[in-house]
Amino acid sequence: MTKKLTRRQVAWRIAQDIEEGNYVNLGIGQPELVANFIPADREIVFHSENGILGMGPEPGPNEVDYDLINAGKKPVTMLPGGSFFHHADSFGMIRGNHLDICVLGAFQVSEKGDLANWSTGGPDAVPAVGGAMDLAVGARLVFVMTDHNTKKGDAKIVRKCTYPLTGPGVVNTIYSDIAVIDVRPDGLFVREKVPGISFDELQARTEAQIGGRASCRELSAPEIK
Amino acid sequence: MINKIVDTLQDAVSTIEDGAIVLISGFGESGNPTELTHALIDHGARELTLVNNNAGNGHVGLAALLESGNVRKMVCSFPRSTDSGVFDNLYREGKIELEVVPQGTLAERIRAAGAGIGGFYTKTSIGTPLADGKERRTYNCEEYVLEEPLHADFALVKAELADRWGNLTYRLAARNFGPIMCSAARTTIVQARQIVPLGDIPPETVVTPGIYVDYIVEVTNPASEREMIENGVHYVSGAAE
Repeated sequence: MTKKLTRRQVAWRIAQDIEEGNYVNLGIGQPELVANFIPADREIVFHSENGILGMGPEPGPNEVDYDLINAGKKPVTMLPGGSFFHHADSFGMIRGNHLDICVLGAFQVSEKGDLANWSTGGPDAVPAVGGAMDLAVGARLVFVMTDHNTKKGDAKIVRKCTYPLTGPGVVNTIYSDIAVIDVRPDGLFVREKVPGISFDELQARTEAQIGGRASCRELSAPEIK
Repeated sequence: MINKIVDTLQDAVSTIEDGAIVLISGFGESGNPTELTHALIDHGARELTLVNNNAGNGHVGLAALLESGNVRKMVCSFPRSTDSGVFDNLYREGKIELEVVPQGTLAERIRAAGAGIGGFYTKTSIGTPLADGKERRTYNCEEYVLEEPLHADFALVKAELADRWGNLTYRLAARNFGPIMCSAARTTIVQARQIVPLGDIPPETVVTPGIYVDYIVEVTNPASEREMIENGVHYVSGAAE
């Protein structure tokens, strides 16, 4: 019985919830994996904060052009129908609620959907926010892709974030390696969990109170190499 | 006859004075005016405030300008990268001031300056430390924070094509901050890969109209910062032509 999903499997799971015709921004790092798992029959338009709509996959070795990069500064390609625009337009799209979905990483998510993903607040950390705060308030749906717990085993889904916030009450759904959890006005609600752990174990690994014990479905994903 | 073309990089940056606020185009290494930035190092203006999305890579371009010791303050959204050691060290040693601005707020502050807007309210940063001390306002039951325009003395911008009126196009996603920075600076200095005769850029493909541009210098083969870094280049003053 599955005890946890790999990162690629979490990316696959998120991709299943992206609908035909959605305009989608994928955050730097793990969320970039989601692009690889969009079902073939869905046409999705990817937005990149540096002024791209219609971003395509990674280029072949002879097609790399560093004037065509994504938010993570990695080379990408353009799909037919794509467009370029300047930075103020790009973030106007974001803040103006024109994006359907953004997928972001997280240090912590609270039971109210508060997101902390830009700074650990440490005295030696160089603060760097990028586009995260704009995406958090601007996208219609904010999906978080994260491990359920830190490497040390601490909860990342918490009653109240202890790290500086990226945005309050912005997260709609958390996709972790063991559960899919919706943020509802009345609290966190487990939509799916992996079959290899019990609801009580899931609660024990989640600092915030979670609901959905009776109705939650099985979280599964195909084997991905 | 209007002619904004200047012959050399040195001429292009010659009026930048100590204490100037300088916008520098680019995102990562896409759209960076590396040659103009090196010319500014050679020019030697001190106590600069720089505005860029990032804080440079390796020891070339923006990072080399920071390393020159001529920069008092950096305004950016994301000063971290795989190779941002120059900025990291200056910051940790307390030798440079940092103003972190959410990327969309940074872009809109620049746009507002260029468009004569005295400030704007945004939801971005509400509920975070970056909104501390700023005026708030509630619209439709949602809270917004006041952000002010970011005016600059100079902009250094990389373009693809330019003509003598200063009309510009950009290559691929290298457009990023270029158009709004051109509009927000008192003096806008552009390096273009090619200067073409007036009329060669079809009017409907002009991205930045020449009204925003003051000086243009042609840099036919702009350096790749990536290649320079891979080759271990450390830019030091006086190395530019």
